[in-house]
Amino acid sequence: MNGETHKRPTRWHIAVFLAPAVLVYTAIMILPLFGTLQLALFKEIDKELVFVGIDNFKTLFGDPRWSESFWNALRNNTWFFVVHMLVQNPIGILLAALLSSPKLRMAAYYRTAIFIPTILSFVIVGFAWKLILSPLWGVAPTLLDAVGLKSLFAPYLGKEEYALTTLSLISVWQFVGIPMMLIYAALLSIPDEILEAAECDGITGMAQFWRIKLPLILPSIGIISVLTFVGNFNAFDLIYTAQGALAGPNFSTDVLGTFLYRTFFGFQLQLGDPNMGSAIATAMFVIILCGVCIYLFGIQTRLRRYQF
Amino acid sequence: MSQARHSITRSVAAHAILITYTLIALFPVFVIVINSFKARKAIFRSPLELPNAETFSLIGYETALKQGDFLLYFQNSLIVTVVSLALVLLFGAMAAFALAEYRFRGNLLMGLYLALGIMIPIRLGTVAILQLMVATGLVNTLTALILVYTAQGLPLAIFILSEFMRGISDDLKNAGRIDGLSEYRIFARLVLPLVRPAMATVAVFTMIPIWNDLWFPLILAPAEHTKTITLGSQVFIGQFVTNWNAVLAALSLAILPVLVLYLIFSRQLIRGITAGAVK
Repeated sequence: MNGETHKRPTRWHIAVFLAPAVLVYTAIMILPLFGTLQLALFKEIDKELVFVGIDNFKTLFGDPRWSESFWNALRNNTWFFVVHMLVQNPIGILLAALLSSPKLRMAAYYRTAIFIPTILSFVIVGFAWKLILSPLWGVAPTLLDAVGLKSLFAPYLGKEEYALTTLSLISVWQFVGIPMMLIYAALLSIPDEILEAAECDGITGMAQFWRIKLPLILPSIGIISVLTFVGNFNAFDLIYTAQGALAGPNFSTDVLGTFLYRTFFGFQLQLGDPNMGSAIATAMFVIILCGVCIYLFGIQTRLRRYQF
Repeated sequence: MSQARHSITRSVAAHAILITYTLIALFPVFVIVINSFKARKAIFRSPLELPNAETFSLIGYETALKQGDFLLYFQNSLIVTVVSLALVLLFGAMAAFALAEYRFRGNLLMGLYLALGIMIPIRLGTVAILQLMVATGLVNTLTALILVYTAQGLPLAIFILSEFMRGISDDLKNAGRIDGLSEYRIFARLVLPLVRPAMATVAVFTMIPIWNDLWFPLILAPAEHTKTITLGSQVFIGQFVTNWNAVLAALSLAILPVLVLYLIFSRQLIRGITAGAVK
Protein backbone atom coordinates (compact mmCIF):
# COMPACT_ATOMS: atom_id res chain seq x y z
CA MET A 1 0.00 0.00 0.00
CA ASN A 2 2.61 2.54 0.95
CA GLY A 3 6.26 1.88 0.97
CA GLU A 4 7.47 4.44 3.41
CA THR A 5 7.42 2.40 6.55
CA HIS A 6 11.18 2.27 6.58
CA LYS A 7 11.50 6.05 6.34
CA ARG A 8 9.62 7.10 9.44
CA PRO A 9 9.80 4.78 12.42
CA THR A 10 6.87 6.38 14.30
CA ARG A 11 4.05 7.42 12.07
CA TRP A 12 2.29 9.88 14.35
CA HIS A 13 -0.27 10.80 11.72
CA ILE A 14 -1.93 7.39 12.08
CA ALA A 15 -2.51 8.08 15.76
CA VAL A 16 -3.74 11.59 14.98
CA PHE A 17 -6.21 10.25 12.41
CA LEU A 18 -7.53 7.56 14.74
CA ALA A 19 -7.50 9.38 18.07
CA PRO A 20 -10.69 11.51 18.00
CA ALA A 21 -12.95 8.70 16.80
CA VAL A 22 -11.47 6.10 19.10
CA LEU A 23 -11.61 8.41 22.12
CA VAL A 24 -15.24 9.48 21.69
CA TYR A 25 -16.36 5.97 20.77
CA THR A 26 -14.57 4.37 23.70
CA ALA A 27 -15.59 6.96 26.28
CA ILE A 28 -19.26 7.31 25.33
CA MET A 29 -20.10 3.92 23.92
CA ILE A 30 -17.83 1.06 24.94
CA LEU A 31 -17.06 2.06 28.53
CA PRO A 32 -20.70 2.83 29.43
CA LEU A 33 -21.75 -0.44 27.81
CA PHE A 34 -19.40 -2.37 30.07
CA GLY A 35 -20.23 -0.03 32.94
CA THR A 36 -23.85 -1.06 32.55
CA LEU A 37 -22.97 -4.74 32.49
CA GLN A 38 -20.97 -4.16 35.64
CA LEU A 39 -23.73 -2.19 37.40
CA ALA A 40 -26.01 -5.16 36.90
CA LEU A 41 -23.88 -7.03 39.45
CA PHE A 42 -24.38 -4.43 42.18
CA LYS A 43 -27.25 -3.37 44.35
CA GLU A 44 -27.95 -0.34 46.48
CA ILE A 45 -28.36 -1.39 50.09
CA ASP A 46 -28.62 1.41 52.67
CA LYS A 47 -27.38 3.96 50.14
CA GLU A 48 -24.25 1.99 49.43
CA LEU A 49 -23.44 0.02 46.34
CA VAL A 50 -22.81 -3.57 47.31
CA PHE A 51 -21.55 -6.30 45.04
CA VAL A 52 -24.26 -8.93 44.88
CA GLY A 53 -23.07 -11.11 41.99
CA ILE A 54 -25.94 -12.49 39.95
CA ASP A 55 -28.61 -11.66 42.54
CA ASN A 56 -30.25 -9.10 40.27
CA PHE A 57 -30.61 -11.73 37.58
CA LYS A 58 -32.00 -14.19 40.10
CA THR A 59 -34.62 -11.58 40.95
CA LEU A 60 -35.30 -10.84 37.30
CA PHE A 61 -35.85 -14.46 36.36
CA GLY A 62 -36.84 -15.95 39.72
CA ASP A 63 -39.20 -13.44 41.31
CA PRO A 64 -42.59 -13.96 39.64
CA ARG A 65 -43.37 -10.21 39.64
CA TRP A 66 -40.24 -9.47 37.64
CA SER A 67 -40.04 -12.57 35.52
CA GLU A 68 -43.64 -12.30 34.37
CA SER A 69 -43.05 -8.75 33.11
CA PHE A 70 -39.79 -9.79 31.50
CA TRP A 71 -41.21 -12.77 29.62
CA ASN A 72 -44.24 -10.73 28.64
CA ALA A 73 -41.97 -8.03 27.20
CA LEU A 74 -39.80 -10.59 25.44
CA ARG A 75 -42.84 -12.37 23.97
CA ASN A 76 -44.28 -9.08 22.73
CA ASN A 77 -40.93 -8.07 21.32
CA THR A 78 -40.64 -11.36 19.45
CA TRP A 79 -44.09 -10.89 17.93
CA PHE A 80 -43.13 -7.32 16.99
CA PHE A 81 -40.11 -8.74 15.15
CA VAL A 82 -42.09 -11.55 13.49
CA VAL A 83 -44.62 -9.06 12.09
CA HIS A 84 -41.77 -7.00 10.65
CA MET A 85 -40.18 -10.02 9.03
CA LEU A 86 -43.46 -11.28 7.58
CA VAL A 87 -44.89 -7.96 6.43
CA GLN A 88 -42.22 -5.29 6.13
CA ASN A 89 -39.54 -7.23 4.30
CA PRO A 90 -41.78 -8.97 1.72
CA ILE A 91 -43.51 -5.65 0.92
CA GLY A 92 -40.10 -3.98 0.69
CA ILE A 93 -38.85 -6.66 -1.73
CA LEU A 94 -42.03 -6.46 -3.82
CA LEU A 95 -41.82 -2.68 -4.12
CA ALA A 96 -38.10 -2.81 -4.94
CA ALA A 97 -38.67 -5.47 -7.59
CA LEU A 98 -41.40 -3.36 -9.22
CA LEU A 99 -39.32 -0.18 -9.04
CA SER A 100 -36.23 -1.78 -10.52
CA SER A 101 -37.91 -2.86 -13.75
CA PRO A 102 -36.15 -0.74 -16.38
CA LYS A 103 -39.22 0.31 -18.36
CA LEU A 104 -41.18 1.66 -15.39
CA ARG A 105 -42.08 5.32 -15.67
CA MET A 106 -42.24 7.72 -12.73
CA ALA A 107 -40.09 5.39 -10.63
CA ALA A 108 -38.36 8.38 -9.00
CA TYR A 109 -41.69 9.76 -7.76
CA TYR A 110 -42.77 6.48 -6.23
CA ARG A 111 -39.41 6.05 -4.55
CA THR A 112 -39.51 9.55 -3.06
CA ALA A 113 -43.09 9.19 -1.82
CA ILE A 114 -42.74 5.73 -0.32
CA PHE A 115 -39.63 6.79 1.61
CA ILE A 116 -41.38 9.78 3.25
CA PRO A 117 -42.70 7.94 6.35
CA THR A 118 -39.17 6.74 7.12
CA ILE A 119 -37.86 10.28 7.58
CA LEU A 120 -40.62 11.21 10.06
CA SER A 121 -40.02 10.86 13.76
CA PHE A 122 -41.73 8.25 15.92
CA VAL A 123 -43.54 11.00 17.76
CA ILE A 124 -45.20 12.19 14.59
CA VAL A 125 -45.96 8.69 13.39
CA GLY A 126 -47.27 7.53 16.75
CA PHE A 127 -49.59 10.48 17.26
CA ALA A 128 -50.72 10.69 13.65
CA TRP A 129 -51.86 7.07 13.69
CA LYS A 130 -53.33 7.43 17.15
CA LEU A 131 -55.50 10.26 15.85
CA ILE A 132 -56.41 8.42 12.67
CA LEU A 133 -57.37 5.24 14.48
CA SER A 134 -59.18 7.13 17.22
CA PRO A 135 -62.88 6.30 17.40
CA LEU A 136 -63.45 9.93 18.43
CA TRP A 137 -62.27 11.36 15.17
CA GLY A 138 -63.68 8.85 12.77
CA VAL A 139 -61.22 8.94 9.88
CA ALA A 140 -60.66 5.19 10.03
CA PRO A 141 -64.38 4.25 10.27
CA THR A 142 -65.23 6.62 7.41
CA LEU A 143 -62.56 5.04 5.24
CA LEU A 144 -63.56 1.48 6.10
CA ASP A 145 -67.16 2.44 5.37
CA ALA A 146 -66.12 3.63 1.92
CA VAL A 147 -64.87 0.14 1.05
CA GLY A 148 -67.81 -1.52 2.80
CA LEU A 149 -65.87 -2.89 5.74
CA LYS A 150 -67.18 -0.69 8.51
CA SER A 151 -67.98 -3.70 10.68
CA LEU A 152 -64.25 -4.38 10.92
CA PHE A 153 -63.55 -1.18 12.81
CA ALA A 154 -62.50 -1.43 16.42
CA PRO A 155 -60.45 0.85 18.67
CA TYR A 156 -57.38 -1.09 17.57
CA LEU A 157 -54.91 0.63 19.89
CA GLY A 158 -57.17 0.26 22.90
CA LYS A 159 -57.87 -3.47 22.74
CA GLU A 160 -55.43 -5.85 24.32
CA GLU A 161 -55.68 -8.39 21.54
CA TYR A 162 -55.05 -5.96 18.66
CA ALA A 163 -52.85 -3.23 20.12
CA LEU A 164 -49.47 -4.87 19.65
CA THR A 165 -50.15 -6.03 16.10
CA THR A 166 -51.49 -2.59 15.22
CA LEU A 167 -48.34 -0.94 16.56
CA SER A 168 -46.17 -3.40 14.68
CA LEU A 169 -48.01 -2.58 11.46
CA ILE A 170 -47.59 1.15 12.11
CA SER A 171 -43.87 0.57 12.52
CA VAL A 172 -43.88 -1.47 9.30
CA TRP A 173 -45.63 1.41 7.55
CA GLN A 174 -42.90 3.73 8.74
CA PHE A 175 -39.87 1.62 7.90
CA VAL A 176 -40.79 -0.21 4.72
CA GLY A 177 -38.67 2.35 2.86
CA ILE A 178 -35.43 0.93 4.23
CA PRO A 179 -35.66 -2.66 2.93
CA MET A 180 -37.10 -1.22 -0.27
CA MET A 181 -34.08 1.03 -0.84
CA LEU A 182 -31.46 -1.56 0.11
CA ILE A 183 -33.02 -4.28 -2.06
CA TYR A 184 -33.47 -1.78 -4.85
CA ALA A 185 -29.74 -0.97 -4.69
CA ALA A 186 -28.92 -4.68 -4.73
CA LEU A 187 -31.20 -5.34 -7.72
CA LEU A 188 -29.64 -2.47 -9.68
CA SER A 189 -26.19 -3.91 -9.11
CA ILE A 190 -27.04 -7.18 -10.92
CA PRO A 191 -25.19 -7.01 -14.24
CA ASP A 192 -27.28 -6.83 -17.39
CA GLU A 193 -25.37 -9.71 -19.00
CA ILE A 194 -26.76 -12.14 -16.47
CA LEU A 195 -30.33 -11.02 -17.13
CA GLU A 196 -29.76 -11.10 -20.89
CA ALA A 197 -28.37 -14.60 -20.63
CA ALA A 198 -31.45 -15.59 -18.66
CA GLU A 199 -33.69 -14.09 -21.31
CA CYS A 200 -31.88 -16.04 -24.01
CA ASP A 201 -32.69 -19.17 -22.07
CA GLY A 202 -36.33 -18.12 -21.98
CA ILE A 203 -36.41 -17.20 -18.30
CA THR A 204 -38.40 -13.97 -18.02
CA GLY A 205 -40.83 -12.16 -15.75
CA MET A 206 -41.71 -13.88 -12.50
CA ALA A 207 -39.53 -16.89 -13.19
CA GLN A 208 -36.57 -14.58 -13.73
CA PHE A 209 -37.23 -12.92 -10.38
CA TRP A 210 -37.53 -16.18 -8.43
CA ARG A 211 -34.73 -18.09 -10.13
CA ILE A 212 -32.14 -15.43 -10.97
CA LYS A 213 -32.61 -12.24 -9.00
CA LEU A 214 -33.78 -13.57 -5.64
CA PRO A 215 -30.76 -15.85 -5.11
CA LEU A 216 -28.50 -12.94 -6.00
CA ILE A 217 -30.03 -10.57 -3.46
CA LEU A 218 -30.15 -13.10 -0.60
CA PRO A 219 -27.11 -11.55 1.15
CA SER A 220 -28.90 -8.18 1.18
CA ILE A 221 -32.01 -9.81 2.61
CA GLY A 222 -29.79 -11.32 5.31
CA ILE A 223 -28.36 -7.93 6.25
CA ILE A 224 -31.83 -6.39 6.31
CA SER A 225 -33.09 -9.16 8.58
CA VAL A 226 -30.34 -8.64 11.10
CA LEU A 227 -30.79 -4.84 10.99
CA THR A 228 -34.53 -5.37 11.58
CA PHE A 229 -33.72 -7.68 14.48
CA VAL A 230 -31.38 -5.21 16.18
CA GLY A 231 -33.80 -2.33 15.57
CA ASN A 232 -36.83 -4.22 16.86
CA PHE A 233 -35.24 -5.50 20.04
CA ASN A 234 -34.17 -1.94 20.71
CA ALA A 235 -37.58 -0.39 19.98
CA PHE A 236 -39.00 2.08 22.45
CA ASP A 237 -40.01 5.40 20.91
CA LEU A 238 -43.10 4.40 18.99
CA ILE A 239 -44.63 2.47 21.88
CA TYR A 240 -43.76 5.20 24.35
CA THR A 241 -45.42 7.87 22.21
CA ALA A 242 -48.50 5.90 21.29
CA GLN A 243 -49.16 4.05 24.55
CA GLY A 244 -47.04 5.77 27.20
CA ALA A 245 -44.42 4.23 29.49
CA LEU A 246 -46.97 1.77 30.86
CA ALA A 247 -47.35 0.23 27.40
CA GLY A 248 -51.07 -0.24 27.79
CA PRO A 249 -53.67 -1.59 27.60
CA ASN A 250 -52.61 -3.77 30.53
CA PHE A 251 -48.96 -4.09 29.36
CA SER A 252 -50.07 -5.80 26.16
CA THR A 253 -47.66 -3.67 24.11
CA ASP A 254 -44.76 -3.76 26.56
CA VAL A 255 -41.44 -4.48 24.85
CA LEU A 256 -37.96 -4.75 26.34
CA GLY A 257 -37.24 -1.06 25.67
CA THR A 258 -40.27 0.22 27.59
CA PHE A 259 -39.67 -2.33 30.36
CA LEU A 260 -36.09 -1.06 30.69
CA TYR A 261 -37.26 2.55 30.77
CA ARG A 262 -39.88 1.87 33.47
CA THR A 263 -37.46 -0.08 35.62
CA PHE A 264 -34.66 2.44 35.27
CA PHE A 265 -36.76 5.56 35.85
CA GLY A 266 -39.62 4.21 37.87
CA PHE A 267 -43.27 4.89 37.27
CA GLN A 268 -46.25 5.71 39.46
CA LEU A 269 -45.47 4.20 42.87
CA GLN A 270 -42.42 2.18 41.96
CA LEU A 271 -39.07 3.91 42.34
CA GLY A 272 -36.46 3.79 39.62
CA ASP A 273 -33.79 1.17 40.06
CA PRO A 274 -30.61 1.66 37.99
CA ASN A 275 -29.21 -1.73 38.95
CA MET A 276 -32.27 -3.72 37.91
CA GLY A 277 -32.35 -1.52 34.81
CA SER A 278 -28.78 -2.55 34.10
CA ALA A 279 -29.73 -6.19 34.57
CA ILE A 280 -32.47 -5.81 31.94
CA ALA A 281 -30.07 -3.98 29.62
CA THR A 282 -27.63 -6.86 30.06
CA ALA A 283 -30.33 -9.37 29.18
CA MET A 284 -31.13 -7.32 26.05
CA PHE A 285 -27.43 -7.21 25.24
CA VAL A 286 -27.22 -11.00 25.40
CA ILE A 287 -30.35 -11.42 23.27
CA ILE A 288 -29.10 -9.04 20.59
CA LEU A 289 -25.63 -10.58 20.66
CA CYS A 290 -27.14 -14.06 20.21
CA GLY A 291 -29.20 -12.87 17.25
CA VAL A 292 -26.22 -11.20 15.61
CA CYS A 293 -24.03 -14.28 16.19
CA ILE A 294 -26.66 -16.61 14.73
CA TYR A 295 -26.68 -14.38 11.67
CA LEU A 296 -22.89 -14.05 11.38
CA PHE A 297 -21.99 -17.70 11.94
CA GLY A 298 -25.16 -19.57 11.05
CA ILE A 299 -26.52 -17.70 8.07
CA GLN A 300 -23.96 -15.39 6.54
CA THR A 301 -21.28 -18.05 6.14
CA ARG A 302 -23.75 -20.35 4.37
CA LEU A 303 -25.02 -17.78 1.93
CA ARG A 304 -23.52 -18.31 -1.47
CA ARG A 305 -21.95 -15.12 -2.76
CA TYR A 306 -21.54 -14.45 -6.41
CA GLN A 307 -18.84 -12.28 -7.84
CA PHE A 308 -19.55 -10.49 -11.04
CA MET B 1 -48.79 -9.22 -30.23
CA SER B 2 -49.74 -11.26 -27.23
CA GLN B 3 -46.31 -10.51 -25.81
CA ALA B 4 -47.01 -6.78 -26.06
CA ARG B 5 -50.44 -7.07 -24.44
CA HIS B 6 -48.95 -9.19 -21.72
CA SER B 7 -46.36 -6.56 -20.92
CA ILE B 8 -48.99 -3.79 -20.87
CA THR B 9 -51.06 -5.74 -18.36
CA ARG B 10 -47.95 -6.24 -16.29
CA SER B 11 -47.00 -2.59 -16.27
CA VAL B 12 -50.56 -1.56 -15.38
CA ALA B 13 -50.46 -4.00 -12.48
CA ALA B 14 -47.10 -2.66 -11.37
CA HIS B 15 -48.37 0.92 -11.43
CA ALA B 16 -51.53 -0.09 -9.58
CA ILE B 17 -49.54 -1.69 -6.76
CA LEU B 18 -47.11 1.23 -6.53
CA ILE B 19 -49.88 3.85 -6.57
CA THR B 20 -51.80 1.97 -3.87
CA TYR B 21 -48.74 1.83 -1.68
CA THR B 22 -47.87 5.46 -2.33
CA LEU B 23 -51.37 6.41 -1.16
CA ILE B 24 -50.96 4.32 1.97
CA ALA B 25 -47.62 5.99 2.65
CA LEU B 26 -48.82 9.53 2.13
CA PHE B 27 -52.39 9.40 3.42
CA PRO B 28 -51.73 9.89 7.17
CA VAL B 29 -49.38 12.80 6.53
CA PHE B 30 -51.92 14.35 4.19
CA VAL B 31 -54.80 14.00 6.68
CA ILE B 32 -52.78 15.56 9.50
CA VAL B 33 -51.59 18.51 7.45
CA ILE B 34 -54.93 19.44 5.86
CA ASN B 35 -56.79 19.20 9.15
CA SER B 36 -54.29 21.42 10.91
CA PHE B 37 -55.61 24.28 8.79
CA LYS B 38 -59.24 23.79 9.76
CA ALA B 39 -61.52 25.03 12.49
CA ARG B 40 -62.39 22.56 15.21
CA LYS B 41 -65.87 21.76 13.98
CA ALA B 42 -64.71 21.00 10.46
CA ILE B 43 -62.00 18.68 11.74
CA PHE B 44 -64.65 16.42 13.15
CA ARG B 45 -67.46 16.95 10.64
CA SER B 46 -65.48 16.33 7.47
CA PRO B 47 -61.97 15.13 8.26
CA LEU B 48 -61.17 14.17 4.68
CA GLU B 49 -62.06 17.45 2.97
CA LEU B 50 -59.57 20.10 2.04
CA PRO B 51 -59.89 23.33 4.02
CA ASN B 52 -62.04 25.90 2.20
CA ALA B 53 -62.82 29.56 2.85
CA GLU B 54 -65.43 28.61 5.39
CA THR B 55 -63.46 26.06 7.41
CA PHE B 56 -59.98 27.56 7.12
CA SER B 57 -58.48 28.53 10.45
CA LEU B 58 -55.02 29.03 11.92
CA ILE B 59 -56.13 28.81 15.53
CA GLY B 60 -54.12 25.62 16.10
CA TYR B 61 -50.90 27.24 14.93
CA GLU B 62 -51.56 30.26 17.12
CA THR B 63 -51.96 28.08 20.20
CA ALA B 64 -48.96 25.94 19.37
CA LEU B 65 -46.64 28.87 18.73
CA LYS B 66 -47.86 30.73 21.80
CA GLN B 67 -47.70 27.82 24.23
CA GLY B 68 -44.78 25.79 23.01
CA ASP B 69 -41.41 27.25 22.25
CA PHE B 70 -41.14 25.51 18.90
CA LEU B 71 -38.57 27.89 17.51
CA LEU B 72 -36.21 27.08 20.38
CA TYR B 73 -36.86 23.33 20.08
CA PHE B 74 -36.19 23.54 16.39
CA GLN B 75 -32.98 25.43 16.98
CA ASN B 76 -31.83 22.86 19.56
CA SER B 77 -32.52 20.00 17.17
CA LEU B 78 -30.70 21.81 14.40
CA ILE B 79 -27.61 22.47 16.56
CA VAL B 80 -27.47 18.91 17.87
CA THR B 81 -27.96 17.35 14.45
CA VAL B 82 -25.57 19.58 12.52
CA VAL B 83 -22.74 19.47 15.07
CA SER B 84 -22.98 15.70 15.62
CA LEU B 85 -23.16 15.13 11.89
CA ALA B 86 -20.08 17.27 11.29
CA LEU B 87 -18.16 15.46 14.02
CA VAL B 88 -19.22 12.02 12.78
CA LEU B 89 -18.18 12.86 9.22
CA LEU B 90 -14.84 14.42 10.21
CA PHE B 91 -13.76 11.90 12.87
CA GLY B 92 -15.24 9.02 10.89
CA ALA B 93 -13.41 9.98 7.70
CA MET B 94 -10.14 10.43 9.58
CA ALA B 95 -10.35 7.05 11.27
CA ALA B 96 -11.53 5.37 8.07
CA PHE B 97 -8.55 6.87 6.23
CA ALA B 98 -6.13 5.53 8.83
CA LEU B 99 -7.68 2.06 8.60
CA ALA B 100 -7.87 1.98 4.83
CA GLU B 101 -4.55 3.62 3.99
CA TYR B 102 -1.91 2.44 6.43
CA ARG B 103 -0.73 -0.99 7.37
CA PHE B 104 0.10 -1.00 11.05
CA ARG B 105 -0.01 -3.51 13.83
CA GLY B 106 -3.53 -3.94 15.17
CA ASN B 107 -5.21 -2.51 12.08
CA LEU B 108 -7.64 -5.40 11.70
CA LEU B 109 -8.34 -5.51 15.41
CA MET B 110 -9.00 -1.77 15.50
CA GLY B 111 -11.39 -2.14 12.56
CA LEU B 112 -13.32 -4.88 14.35
CA TYR B 113 -13.37 -2.90 17.58
CA LEU B 114 -14.84 0.12 15.83
CA ALA B 115 -17.34 -2.04 13.94
CA LEU B 116 -18.71 -3.53 17.17
CA GLY B 117 -20.98 -0.53 17.60
CA ILE B 118 -22.85 -1.23 14.36
CA MET B 119 -24.53 -4.25 15.88
CA ILE B 120 -24.73 -3.29 19.57
CA PRO B 121 -27.11 -0.37 20.15
CA ILE B 122 -25.70 2.43 22.31
CA ARG B 123 -28.99 2.58 24.24
CA LEU B 124 -28.00 -0.46 26.26
CA GLY B 125 -25.34 1.67 27.94
CA THR B 126 -27.85 4.34 28.96
CA VAL B 127 -27.62 3.72 32.70
CA ALA B 128 -23.87 4.29 32.75
CA ILE B 129 -24.04 7.12 30.20
CA LEU B 130 -26.43 8.99 32.48
CA GLN B 131 -24.09 8.46 35.44
CA LEU B 132 -21.19 9.72 33.34
CA MET B 133 -23.10 12.83 32.31
CA VAL B 134 -24.19 13.50 35.89
CA ALA B 135 -20.59 13.13 37.05
CA THR B 136 -19.29 15.54 34.42
CA GLY B 137 -22.14 17.99 34.90
CA LEU B 138 -23.33 17.63 31.32
CA VAL B 139 -26.92 16.67 32.08
CA ASN B 140 -29.37 19.03 30.41
CA THR B 141 -26.84 20.36 27.97
CA LEU B 142 -26.80 19.95 24.23
CA THR B 143 -23.17 18.82 24.54
CA ALA B 144 -24.30 15.58 26.17
CA LEU B 145 -26.56 14.82 23.22
CA ILE B 146 -23.88 15.76 20.70
CA LEU B 147 -21.34 13.45 22.35
CA VAL B 148 -23.76 10.53 22.48
CA TYR B 149 -24.86 10.94 18.86
CA THR B 150 -21.28 11.29 17.68
CA ALA B 151 -20.38 8.01 19.36
CA GLN B 152 -23.55 6.42 17.97
CA GLY B 153 -22.87 7.48 14.39
CA LEU B 154 -19.14 6.71 14.20
CA PRO B 155 -19.14 2.90 13.76
CA LEU B 156 -21.29 2.83 10.63
CA ALA B 157 -19.56 5.91 9.22
CA ILE B 158 -16.11 4.37 9.63
CA PHE B 159 -17.27 1.08 8.16
CA ILE B 160 -18.82 2.59 5.02
CA LEU B 161 -16.13 5.22 4.46
CA SER B 162 -13.21 2.82 4.83
CA GLU B 163 -14.81 0.48 2.26
CA PHE B 164 -14.92 3.40 -0.15
CA MET B 165 -11.43 4.67 0.63
CA ARG B 166 -9.92 1.27 -0.15
CA GLY B 167 -11.12 1.80 -3.70
CA ILE B 168 -9.13 5.01 -4.28
CA SER B 169 -6.12 4.51 -6.50
CA ASP B 170 -2.73 4.38 -4.78
CA ASP B 171 -1.04 6.07 -7.74
CA LEU B 172 -2.87 9.28 -7.06
CA LYS B 173 -1.85 9.37 -3.42
CA ASN B 174 1.73 8.41 -4.21
CA ALA B 175 1.88 11.17 -6.81
CA GLY B 176 0.81 13.56 -4.06
CA ARG B 177 3.53 12.20 -1.79
CA ILE B 178 6.17 12.71 -4.46
CA ASP B 179 4.96 16.29 -4.82
CA GLY B 180 5.69 16.73 -1.15
CA LEU B 181 2.17 16.80 0.26
CA SER B 182 1.94 15.79 3.90
CA GLU B 183 -0.29 12.89 4.90
CA TYR B 184 -2.82 15.37 6.30
CA ARG B 185 -2.97 17.24 3.00
CA ILE B 186 -3.35 14.02 1.06
CA PHE B 187 -6.33 13.21 3.25
CA ALA B 188 -7.90 16.65 3.03
CA ARG B 189 -7.12 17.58 -0.58
CA LEU B 190 -7.11 14.27 -2.45
CA VAL B 191 -9.13 11.70 -0.57
CA LEU B 192 -11.98 13.69 0.96
CA PRO B 193 -13.26 15.15 -2.34
CA LEU B 194 -13.23 11.67 -3.88
CA VAL B 195 -15.40 10.08 -1.20
CA ARG B 196 -18.03 12.80 -1.27
CA PRO B 197 -20.82 10.47 -2.52
CA ALA B 198 -20.10 8.06 0.33
CA MET B 199 -20.13 10.98 2.76
CA ALA B 200 -23.65 11.83 1.54
CA THR B 201 -24.82 8.28 2.25
CA VAL B 202 -23.29 8.35 5.70
CA ALA B 203 -24.80 11.78 6.36
CA VAL B 204 -28.29 10.51 5.62
CA PHE B 205 -27.96 7.35 7.68
CA THR B 206 -26.55 9.38 10.57
CA MET B 207 -28.91 12.32 10.42
CA ILE B 208 -32.35 10.68 10.39
CA PRO B 209 -31.97 8.71 13.66
CA ILE B 210 -30.45 11.74 15.43
CA TRP B 211 -33.19 14.13 14.38
CA ASN B 212 -35.91 11.65 15.31
CA ASP B 213 -34.49 10.29 18.55
CA LEU B 214 -36.68 10.52 21.62
CA TRP B 215 -34.79 8.29 24.07
CA PHE B 216 -31.66 10.34 24.78
CA PRO B 217 -33.32 13.80 24.87
CA LEU B 218 -35.87 12.32 27.29
CA ILE B 219 -33.17 10.93 29.56
CA LEU B 220 -30.18 13.24 29.18
CA ALA B 221 -31.66 16.63 28.35
CA PRO B 222 -35.33 16.96 29.31
CA ALA B 223 -34.99 20.57 30.54
CA GLU B 224 -37.11 23.22 28.85
CA HIS B 225 -34.16 25.04 27.29
CA THR B 226 -32.57 21.90 25.81
CA LYS B 227 -35.64 20.11 24.45
CA THR B 228 -35.28 18.93 20.88
CA ILE B 229 -38.19 19.25 18.49
CA THR B 230 -39.00 15.55 18.86
CA LEU B 231 -39.19 15.71 22.65
CA GLY B 232 -40.78 19.16 22.55
CA SER B 233 -43.65 18.07 20.34
CA GLN B 234 -44.06 14.89 22.38
CA VAL B 235 -44.45 16.85 25.60
CA PHE B 236 -46.59 19.53 24.00
CA ILE B 237 -48.97 17.01 22.48
CA GLY B 238 -49.19 15.17 25.79
CA GLN B 239 -50.32 18.37 27.50
CA PHE B 240 -52.73 19.50 24.82
CA VAL B 241 -54.14 16.11 24.04
CA THR B 242 -57.74 17.32 23.93
CA ASN B 243 -57.02 20.44 21.92
CA TRP B 244 -57.13 18.88 18.49
CA ASN B 245 -56.30 22.07 16.64
CA ALA B 246 -53.13 22.56 18.62
CA VAL B 247 -52.09 18.92 18.37
CA LEU B 248 -52.58 18.79 14.61
CA ALA B 249 -50.73 22.08 14.20
CA ALA B 250 -47.84 20.87 16.35
CA LEU B 251 -47.61 17.67 14.32
CA SER B 252 -47.60 19.65 11.07
CA LEU B 253 -44.93 21.98 12.45
CA ALA B 254 -42.78 18.94 13.16
CA ILE B 255 -43.49 17.34 9.76
CA LEU B 256 -43.13 20.26 7.39
CA PRO B 257 -39.46 21.30 7.87
CA VAL B 258 -38.26 17.70 7.52
CA LEU B 259 -40.51 17.15 4.54
CA VAL B 260 -39.25 20.27 2.75
CA LEU B 261 -35.61 19.35 3.41
CA TYR B 262 -36.27 15.82 2.22
CA LEU B 263 -37.94 16.93 -1.00
CA ILE B 264 -35.03 19.25 -1.76
CA PHE B 265 -32.37 16.62 -1.10
CA SER B 266 -34.25 13.45 -2.03
CA ARG B 267 -32.39 13.02 -5.30
CA GLN B 268 -28.95 13.13 -3.69
CA LEU B 269 -30.21 11.03 -0.82
CA ILE B 270 -31.51 8.24 -2.99
CA ARG B 271 -28.47 8.37 -5.23
CA GLY B 272 -26.33 8.09 -2.11
CA ILE B 273 -28.22 5.08 -0.79
CA THR B 274 -28.23 3.27 -4.11
CA ALA B 275 -24.56 4.09 -4.76
CA GLY B 276 -23.74 0.65 -3.48
CA ALA B 277 -22.82 1.30 0.12
CA VAL B 278 -24.57 -1.88 1.21
CA LYS B 279 -24.26 -4.77 -1.20
